[in-house]
Amino acid sequence: MPAAIRIEDLTKDYAIGFWRRRSYRALDRLSLEINSGEVFGFLGPNGAGKTTTLKLLMQLIYPTSGRAEILGRPVGDLAVRQRIGYLPENPSFYDYLTAEELLGYFGELFGYRGHDRRKRVSTLLDRVGLGAERRLQLRKFSKGMIQRVGIAQALLNDPEVIFLDEPMSGLDPLGRRDVRSLILELRDQGRTVFFSSHILADAEALCSRVAVVAGGRLAASGTLTDILAFQVRGWELIMSGLLPDMVSRVRPAVRRVTEISPGRYSLELSMDQPPERILAELTASGAALVSLNPMRDTLEDFFMKRVAEMGAGARAPLAEDVRAGR
Amino acid sequence: MRAVRVVAVNVFRESVRDRVPYNLVLFAILLIASSYLLGQLTAGQDVKIIKDLGLAATSVFGLFIAIFIGIGLVSKEVERRSIYSLLAKPVSRAQFIAGKYAGLVLTLAVNVSVMAIAVYVILAYIVWTQPPVIRASWDAPGLDPAMLKAIVLIFVELMLITALALFFSTFSSPLLSAALTFGLYVAGHFNADLKNFEKVVSSKAAAQLARGAYHVLPDLSAFDVKTQVVHGLPVTMGYVASTTLYGLAYVAGLLLVSTLIFSRRDFK
Repeated sequence: MPAAIRIEDLTKDYAIGFWRRRSYRALDRLSLEINSGEVFGFLGPNGAGKTTTLKLLMQLIYPTSGRAEILGRPVGDLAVRQRIGYLPENPSFYDYLTAEELLGYFGELFGYRGHDRRKRVSTLLDRVGLGAERRLQLRKFSKGMIQRVGIAQALLNDPEVIFLDEPMSGLDPLGRRDVRSLILELRDQGRTVFFSSHILADAEALCSRVAVVAGGRLAASGTLTDILAFQVRGWELIMSGLLPDMVSRVRPAVRRVTEISPGRYSLELSMDQPPERILAELTASGAALVSLNPMRDTLEDFFMKRVAEMGAGARAPLAEDVRAGR
Repeated sequence: MRAVRVVAVNVFRESVRDRVPYNLVLFAILLIASSYLLGQLTAGQDVKIIKDLGLAATSVFGLFIAIFIGIGLVSKEVERRSIYSLLAKPVSRAQFIAGKYAGLVLTLAVNVSVMAIAVYVILAYIVWTQPPVIRASWDAPGLDPAMLKAIVLIFVELMLITALALFFSTFSSPLLSAALTFGLYVAGHFNADLKNFEKVVSSKAAAQLARGAYHVLPDLSAFDVKTQVVHGLPVTMGYVASTTLYGLAYVAGLLLVSTLIFSRRDFK
């Protein structure tokens, strides 16, 4: 399958300081290849270099070294931009325009005219749930609504490759669900989706492959199962209708017990304690299962571990303090 | 070309939504009020004063629009981060700069045209109300078409000021851009004095510096033919054409440098 996005040794240094100029490495020799038609999650904690990578791919900033291609053409090629969509992190638009006018404006830039443009704009606004607000000025929009407008403008040109920088940011649970289903819909249509997030659950629900960046460096890449399997460190069992004597009976096998409300308990089990046995015992005594979830390290924990494994302090790879011009 | 046009139309729309045309109402009120007052105070001089005031107000109002919108053309896009989505579309940075500039020039063209029409309407009213004997005493006809020459040059000067504001806004903050543009506007009007600075100062270095500044700074006094037009003195078409060409060449140079700076800029 041909690569939709190819990134080779991409590096970005910023000059910092006013009097004493120093160089700050925001991205360090990142190499990635994203296949056509896959949903690729680009994960990392805040400040890891996700947005920097996306800005480099959109040529909003220029690399210090390395190169990147989208659809076999160098980034910045205007013909490529005709075929891609981009949602920036915390997007912001012209607040004097209505949603319809904004998409009409961008639609014109893509070469849509007259009826075609109006139809496309209308369909997209309906798709992101803003059909009723199409004639409202953007200054009256909430953050979540702006995010939806941002998603609509990223899909305006029916793009082959879509870049979404923190697409769930600012959205309520309903909005997050809509965006997830939209991304899956795009995948089913054979489009390539490259999205950044610091929320592991998003990646788990959507991605075929992920890359994890920490401190500006690639910490891991591959399928989620490969990367995150080792992280499960136990189970959380939430039960209702539990009596105190039932809790006492299973207590030795449970790592931690927390009473959430009368009769409702959270039971933490370690990895070597399979939940099936306790679950069977408690349900046989009349308790009811509310939920059973694997307990994982947070994504941040994972990053910290990986950074430590990479043989450096948490922030060391970020700020190499490379002198300007060195 | 499509991208330039689309960006330009959006700049125009922004200026309309930002209520820039309201200045036209203020302009009209100022002109009508002053013509009424001057009509009461002066005998036969009112046409000259209306022309003077009308052209000066056109120039000043246009200057405010050119500077205060011009300095925000690029910096506002960067500040509100709307540039991120825009530059991810099939728009080059050169097209972005050209579109932004063209949009503000379009706004200025509409403003200057409406102001010029307003001046002519007031003058037509005065011509209509004055007896032939008074009209005969005027230096130039009341509805003198030569005024258009002054208006054209005011417009070209505003184009140049806009290009200066845009140039500064590609690399500095709005406040600094405004200060620099206004500073160059003032310096540009005294540019001719720099040519012969050695007659005023004894320092050779200062004279050479002034000579260098004379060549680099725009000669804005060349665009000011208001006095000649108001007093009926001749302004040749050749002068208007050559000054316009000078202004356009300067604009082209500024846009080129603005594009070069902007094309290398990182949007962090």
